Amino acid sequence: MEHIISVQVENKAGVLARVAGLFSARGYNIESLSVAPTLDPTTSMITIVTQGDDPVVEQIIKQLNKVIEVLKVVDLTETNFLDRETALIKIHTRPEHRDEAIRIADIFRAKIVDSSPTTYTVEVTGDVDKVEALINLLKPLGIKEIVRTGRVAIAREAAKVQTRREIQAAKA
Amino acid sequence: MKKTGAEIFLESLKQEGVKVVFGIPGGVVLKIFDVLHQQKDLDVILTRHEQGAAHMAEGYAKATGKAGVVLVTSGPGMTNIVTGLADAYMDSVPLVAFTGQVSTNLIGNDAFQEADNIGISRPCTKHNVLVKDVNDLARTIKEAFYIATTGRPGPVLVDIPKDVSTNKADFKYPEKVQVRGYNPTYEGNKYQIKQAAEEIKTAKRPVIYVGGGAVFSDAAEEIREVAELAQVPVTMTLMGLGSFPGAHPLCMGMLGMHGGYWSNMAMHHADLLIAVGARFDDRVTGKLSDFCPDARVIHIDIDPTSIKKNIHAHIPIVGDVKTVLRQLNVYLRAMDGKQSDLKEQRRPWREQIEEWKRAHPLRYEQGAKVVKPQFVIERVFEMTNHEGIVVTDVGQHQMWAAQYFRGAKPRTFITSGGLGTMGFGFPAALGAQKAYPDKLVLCITSEGSFQMNPQELATAAIYKLPVKIVLINNKFHGMVRQWQDLFYESRYASSYLGEIPDFVKLAEAYGILGLRALKPAEVEPVIREGLKHRGPVLMDFHVDPFENCYPMIPAGGAQHEMMLEDPPELRKVDRSGLAKKKAEEGEGVLPA
Repeated sequence: MEHIISVQVENKAGVLARVAGLFSARGYNIESLSVAPTLDPTTSMITIVTQGDDPVVEQIIKQLNKVIEVLKVVDLTETNFLDRETALIKIHTRPEHRDEAIRIADIFRAKIVDSSPTTYTVEVTGDVDKVEALINLLKPLGIKEIVRTGRVAIAREAAKVQTRREIQAAKA
Repeated sequence: MKKTGAEIFLESLKQEGVKVVFGIPGGVVLKIFDVLHQQKDLDVILTRHEQGAAHMAEGYAKATGKAGVVLVTSGPGMTNIVTGLADAYMDSVPLVAFTGQVSTNLIGNDAFQEADNIGISRPCTKHNVLVKDVNDLARTIKEAFYIATTGRPGPVLVDIPKDVSTNKADFKYPEKVQVRGYNPTYEGNKYQIKQAAEEIKTAKRPVIYVGGGAVFSDAAEEIREVAELAQVPVTMTLMGLGSFPGAHPLCMGMLGMHGGYWSNMAMHHADLLIAVGARFDDRVTGKLSDFCPDARVIHIDIDPTSIKKNIHAHIPIVGDVKTVLRQLNVYLRAMDGKQSDLKEQRRPWREQIEEWKRAHPLRYEQGAKVVKPQFVIERVFEMTNHEGIVVTDVGQHQMWAAQYFRGAKPRTFITSGGLGTMGFGFPAALGAQKAYPDKLVLCITSEGSFQMNPQELATAAIYKLPVKIVLINNKFHGMVRQWQDLFYESRYASSYLGEIPDFVKLAEAYGILGLRALKPAEVEPVIREGLKHRGPVLMDFHVDPFENCYPMIPAGGAQHEMMLEDPPELRKVDRSGLAKKKAEEGEGVLPA
């Protein structure tokens, strides 16, 4: 099953290598990974999308917690969460396709952010299904290049996300 | 007054109570060695290879419970300690390794003797840090010792560039240490512990399974109390040996691949397993799907990742073993005087275990001609009343030492368990001897393992570390040969070591007493003479090259399916003929 894990880490050199190294050394798989600083410049948030059955994901979370520079690990999949991904898609546009490209982009509330006589670059943000759907529709026009950010995610509730331990403590 | 990085290093180590540093100098750590040279508070042990330094520090740490300290130079100095770091990481040994690094302005330029020390050591350390500013040095050292010695202990590497050791800063050693993302849990969850106590009371066939965590946590006394209060038999892993007295009526000795038949059978038939600071290693469990099929599992460990990693735990308890067992004992003591009932209730279980023990005890036949390795090891232990610090290498001799060890004190059986590092034993024995100059330290090793770090004979001689080396010489990588006999139709691929070198002469070359026993009758006199000698001694025992170590759970086998002796087809093979042929083909023979 797919899990989205938020990992708050100290913003120090080598931390990403440690987290990524943990996944490769133990044979866990990473589908996507994104990192950026949080409001507190001394910490960063890593969002990892991974696959695994429950015992594997439990191990992943424990192993992440064991890393000294990791401050907090949350399996968002256990909560009600929101996830988004941004993609930049550069498409070939022959003159007869340029209108069609704009129409498709409109349907998905995507933006054309760059244009040349033979290409458009489309920017889209949304959940994975939306991004995939847009890509599928643009394919027949001819996709020249594509970059995706990988997913970022946040818990839906007003309160900040809780760790597994905090949830257990609340229940007890 | 400002101090140089090297002086800060020295002062910080003094503040941490460090007494000895093991290492070898080199270009980028010369400043630090220069400062160490001009003081008398810390001993510097110059080893002959950095790997030796790392294992010595491990031996020191395992014998004392304090952090062992290594100091080596950049590049090859650092890469040479990687085995020691990996070994310490697997066996949770508190180690602080200081490595030199090229100056900060050269990092990343492929400078002379530059290596990515942080990148290389990342997967085999608990934590590692590159110090880029001399102002951070004292705090980083404080944190390194804190992280290495608390929680589940482990190696920490601190990488010090040359300019950091020469630059100056104000020195103030931090009194407190706070690492944001590091907060080990010591107290166990009360509810879980109460549940555990209930299950222990009602179980019919309980077993306590003790691992290395009990040794690090100094929980021997607490384990004895649980065992006696609840009348539960105790088995130990290789790393746990010494945490329960070998002669105690509830003691079952070691379990696992070469553990006792009775202890493995007890595990297999148990209805409750109390795992104490152990991690269900594959050498313990055998085939996972058949492991302890009827048992509920209580798992106490300070490291949450150890719990439910290989085996499901019905009652997981994260916490320090000693603290949790104390909490548990409060509940067990409150069993309102039912101990005698319990003793009665558990009698059939204990009788069953005794029966297994009687059916298949450890055994070997010592004839008049060839020395049996078990005989040497058993005699050494008997002649020293099981009272020395025993340090072993890796292989058959290690398993025999573990089987025959009856010591009653934690930290007196020191070995490389998780990583299985041949070459660990001798330097680790020197480290233990350095920690306890007046205690008897036995290094049980073999010709294969010993030759992976023999250069430290020089260290033993120069620093007068009177380690007694018991070298079980079977002219083979014995455990490899055993597997080849059992699973590869006795084809001895690259396992025959032959008669090279002459170990007595090797010892003598270093100014160390060398003794040799070729016949059974010579064994005891050699041991007696070796133990009597005041300095280091190498005792070379030529033993039966074809003796195999039993019982044995074959790799991938279940714990109740033990081999107890050589299979009949193996007994028919003329194995000495095969070895002779090897010798005739010129492998491992002394040149004429």
